[in-house]
Amino acid sequence: MKMFKKVLSLALAGAMVLSLAACGGKDSGSSDGGDAAETFKIGSIGPATGAYAIYGLGVKNGAQIAVDEINEAGGINGYKVEFKFEDDEVDNEKSVNAYNTLKDWGMQILAGTVTSGCCTAVGAETANDNMFQITPSGSSTDSIDGRDNVFQVCFTDPNQGIASAQYIGEHGLASKVAAIYDSSDVYSSGIYAKFKEEAKNQPFEIVAEGSFTGDNKTDFSVPLQQAKDAGAELVFLPIYYQEAALILAQADSMGYDPTFFGCDGMDGILGVENFDTSLAEGLMLLTPFAADAEDEMTQKFVETYKKNNNDETPNQFAADAYDAIYAIKAAIEEADVKPSDSVSDICDAMKAAMVKINVKGLTSDEGGMTWSETGEVSKAPKAVVIQDGKYVSAQ
Amino acid sequence: MSGKKFDFKKLLKGDFSTYLMVIVFYIILQTMSVSGGLSSLFKGMLVPLCIYSIMALSLNLTVGIMGELSLGHAGFMCVGAFAGATFSQLTRDAISVDLLRFILAILVGAAAAALFGFIIGIPVLRLKGDYLAIVTLAFGEIIKNVINVIYLGVDDNGLHLSIKDEAALNLSENGRVIIKGAQGITGTPKNSTFTIGIVLLLITLVIVLNLVHSRSGRAIMAIRDNRIAAESIGINVTKYKMMAFVISASLAGVAGVLYSHNLSSLLAQPKNFGYNMSIMILVYVVLGGIGNMRGSIIAAMLLTALPELLRGFSDYRMLVYAIVLILMMLFNWAPACLEFRERYSLKRMFAGKKAKEAQ
Repeated sequence: MKMFKKVLSLALAGAMVLSLAACGGKDSGSSDGGDAAETFKIGSIGPATGAYAIYGLGVKNGAQIAVDEINEAGGINGYKVEFKFEDDEVDNEKSVNAYNTLKDWGMQILAGTVTSGCCTAVGAETANDNMFQITPSGSSTDSIDGRDNVFQVCFTDPNQGIASAQYIGEHGLASKVAAIYDSSDVYSSGIYAKFKEEAKNQPFEIVAEGSFTGDNKTDFSVPLQQAKDAGAELVFLPIYYQEAALILAQADSMGYDPTFFGCDGMDGILGVENFDTSLAEGLMLLTPFAADAEDEMTQKFVETYKKNNNDETPNQFAADAYDAIYAIKAAIEEADVKPSDSVSDICDAMKAAMVKINVKGLTSDEGGMTWSETGEVSKAPKAVVIQDGKYVSAQ
Repeated sequence: MSGKKFDFKKLLKGDFSTYLMVIVFYIILQTMSVSGGLSSLFKGMLVPLCIYSIMALSLNLTVGIMGELSLGHAGFMCVGAFAGATFSQLTRDAISVDLLRFILAILVGAAAAALFGFIIGIPVLRLKGDYLAIVTLAFGEIIKNVINVIYLGVDDNGLHLSIKDEAALNLSENGRVIIKGAQGITGTPKNSTFTIGIVLLLITLVIVLNLVHSRSGRAIMAIRDNRIAAESIGINVTKYKMMAFVISASLAGVAGVLYSHNLSSLLAQPKNFGYNMSIMILVYVVLGGIGNMRGSIIAAMLLTALPELLRGFSDYRMLVYAIVLILMMLFNWAPACLEFRERYSLKRMFAGKKAKEAQ
């Protein structure tokens, strides 16, 4: 018995080593032999399984559309683009593994990651390898802090918090505001901290604040009751849409009907299964993308997205990813790099190009998007309101 | 007398093969890594392999040797990770030698986790029954949530702690925030290397195996096998249980420090330090064989590497992973499988050969 186990363990160890060898063999061809590759290989990382899959899949599908369009139009500077997406289950460790998998595939540019925490972890690796990275939706400032190779397409969390507070103040939406946020989440607590700071300068006061954690996010009656008792006219929800859907339903059942205001994480709420979309009527969210926008670019994107993905309406993440790919295209054209250049050379050239380009995309207005050296994007914020079960631009 | 001596030798031989396995594993992978034969994916996974092997060994000490269930081992890992990372951040400027700082961080992480193990152990290990499982389960969940509300900053006046928000820290101009609530600790120096990981794994093995073979270890196992009998011969049950549990917790803390110095962003999320992770580590122990240290290492390494090696299946990899788990479980424990293994076991073939030769 014992001997058998010994033999088995040896056999398993052997199998593992063999599989390693196989991996190693495959890889050495593609990553070193850059000159053989006449395509730009762009990778992306995000959740494709689990609770946040809708974001990852949005990015995957949105980026794919951009890549297809670019290839159809003849590629970037004549070079075709290949795109590959890896799942990270919103886990830092898995995310780094996904990054390494993509490196084995021969990735030269990373258009990821989708979530903030993972973006910070992977950003350390890309900074180490000097690989160009642009994240569609990793909004934490930690993701870009001290790393000159990482750029963002979305607003940073602090900016979202500040912009939300200013939007509420400037449009006179309410004088008494309550907030419910997820204290265990990077994104949510990051936005709320800045919102609270900025609220002091705005003509409204925060009368109630409720928080919950990732382990306990089904019953929101207590914070809602607090908000109701305090007479809040507007409830600020810097959280993801899954919990927001529950909050809306619970507020409705207790006869509380304030204005709800969310950030980009709220995008997707109309797609929640078994959710009565009439509850979301009047919900406002600060997001750079509305699928109903009239401009030709958005309409074409939405149409293609629906055609490719069972009639699903693209969310803001898909739009961010689409813009990320076009930003990469613009930067490559500006920097005039070739796929045969080394990853590090591509990165250096694109870093320099990034601050010079102006990209007009789905998530920007006519003014387009520009980037600073720190990696932060600057573009005009947009708010969207839900009317008749649809996202409509609130102008 | 001679029989006893023979047993002892055999035991050493068994231990030796475990050390040998780890060392050979290290030499093969390190050679491949240096010669460039290793894919980036595997290079990135070498440290996690060590981390989860240490976790499995640590939990096996509680489950296999002490005979108690701990369902919150990821909680100890979490304590170690945050304690170690905080220490590294605080002493980043004071200690410029990376290795020295990392070794100290490991000690700090181990001590912090041991302290929590001790605090939990005081009331719980005096009880009979499955209370340890319940309390550790609660501990794992609580510690994660507590860390998510902690804000810790440092400036010239020393440390500032708050459970409200960043502003409440009242840091002076040149202060910096170390633990940022749910945003965790970012920018921990990446000190974990495969070599350090393997050294720690070997140290863990030495500690655990020597404990098992020591007088104390035999006392711990005697308590596991029959508490009443052990008490009747004067073994101090609480003391020995405490010893095993605190060592187990501190080893989990070491794994935590290794974890926190491998990723630049450390968050306490359900995914990495939650209940599921604790159960995952328990799965390593159960599949590797309860009380079997070598099995724990093999199971931990296989099951950590498997989901990544299965990336080729893309979204189906979770499904394949689950099927592999079930197959492994059946192979290890199903009666029919045990019988099959018994019948065709190589050991018996060898034994048969030997017997024939003897004739």
